[in-house]
Amino acid sequence: MSEEVVSELMRAHVYRLASAGQRVDGRALDEPRKLTIERGFVKTAEGSARARLGNTDVLVGIKMSVGEPYPDTPNTGVLSTSVELIPMASPTFEAGPPRPEAIELARVVDRGIRESKMVNMERLCITPKEKVWVMFIDIHVLDFDGNLFDACSYAATAALGSTIVPAKNVDLGADFPLPVEHWPVSVTTAKMKDVLIVDPSLDEERMADARLTVTTDENGDIRAMQKGLSGSFTFDEVKRIIETAQRVGRGIRPSLQRS
Amino acid sequence: MEDIEHIEKGMKLIGPDGRRLDGRKSDELRPVRIEAGVLRRADGSAYMEWGGNKVLAAVYGPREAHPRHLQDPARALVQCRYNMAPFSVSDRKRPGPDRRSVEISKVISEAFSSVVFKEQFPRTSVDIFIEVLQADAGTRCAGLTAASVALADAGVPMRDLLASCASGKIDGVVCLDLNKEEDNFGDADCPMAIVPRTGEIVLLQMDGHLTYDEFQKAMELSIGAAHRLYEIQRDALRRRYSVTLEDILKESPPDSGAIGPESEPAPPSEDDFGPEGM
Repeated sequence: MSEEVVSELMRAHVYRLASAGQRVDGRALDEPRKLTIERGFVKTAEGSARARLGNTDVLVGIKMSVGEPYPDTPNTGVLSTSVELIPMASPTFEAGPPRPEAIELARVVDRGIRESKMVNMERLCITPKEKVWVMFIDIHVLDFDGNLFDACSYAATAALGSTIVPAKNVDLGADFPLPVEHWPVSVTTAKMKDVLIVDPSLDEERMADARLTVTTDENGDIRAMQKGLSGSFTFDEVKRIIETAQRVGRGIRPSLQRS
Repeated sequence: MEDIEHIEKGMKLIGPDGRRLDGRKSDELRPVRIEAGVLRRADGSAYMEWGGNKVLAAVYGPREAHPRHLQDPARALVQCRYNMAPFSVSDRKRPGPDRRSVEISKVISEAFSSVVFKEQFPRTSVDIFIEVLQADAGTRCAGLTAASVALADAGVPMRDLLASCASGKIDGVVCLDLNKEEDNFGDADCPMAIVPRTGEIVLLQMDGHLTYDEFQKAMELSIGAAHRLYEIQRDALRRRYSVTLEDILKESPPDSGAIGPESEPAPPSEDDFGPEGM
């Protein structure tokens, strides 16, 4: 991913606003952009959702197939998450094998879903040691305007919630909805100098010194975290970020849940 | 789509009334919808639904060509990347380009090379990205038709839009615009693209079995369809860019005081509070 430049004027403007508690797009420092979720966008997928977080646009399709379990988890289904940063989405994305950014992104989204036990993977076992359901979460970024961690996670969570396991196709009884038991919500905070901002836009993200993604469940418990970029946080800042993630997460969860 | 495997051999794709499985006549196009300017980051973009196909196209450029050794000092490169999302087909497709996508990307690049005014932009590339989000046969035609609109949306100078449609043969009958079942069980498939203003053919592929007469019939059907698609493309661009008198008035409300001495001071309009005040 080649770097995009932020002009000095914009940089100074964002800093000046942020230190006065304001942002270029008029949001409060702890306010995420508007999230809209559209389910069932792709009929060829077993579940799908398109998430628009501000101008960031992400499409997730879930494909289910029957495969073998891993030897160390013979009684659980298999989860596989991949992200394609297709060159359509940004002038800085290039075609080719996944770059470290895409791999980190996929792993962080995967971690939130896996560690929160969102899907009951035991119920995706067909015959122990032999046959289980394999669940592919394929994340397609269509338009990149900042904070892919949260946008991808929201689209993936909503898509899983709308997934129907195609058991009838492989003669395994009736189709059934994916056994979803928890609703993790990821909230990313960026740090510029000493200011913390939730759900950074593209310009804010490019200027950030450090980034922390916190995934919490419906009890407010922490299920996954990922710190990024070369800057650092104080322990006090980390605590504030987690509290914000819990609060913002509560606001976002209803729009991800199965309606 | 999973039912394809269950369709028994010998099943008829065309009924006794001459209608196809989805109720179409042999020369009938599936429903088509195009929307221009749907992505924010791309210089130009378009979204297209064509039957069960859902395709996005985006254009970047003309921009500096990378890597540099590919740069042509006399003209722009026109490069297309056709890609299918893993979830766009019934059996998950492995991410990344396969041989089929590479071939399709190449023939689409060549088709657009013939209409873009490349000489105006030496050392640059015009990059066209086609993403198939949901596939139902005819994705290259849908991608090419959508990409034309995206190029126009990006303001890339061209001789004309390109329009593309396939014809094929099912149950021995030449038919326009095959869907997935027809494509899987049909006898021939022939995608093509034309420059509608001049009738030049800029993309042509064929597989299967057609007699010379059948081929001629297929081309006539496709050319007719391409002209219909051309109208839909132009309509999408008109919807995106047409400006009505109302739009202009909304942009700059006329100064009521200047019209005449009798006019009263305008009541405070809601716009005065700005979008945030609502």
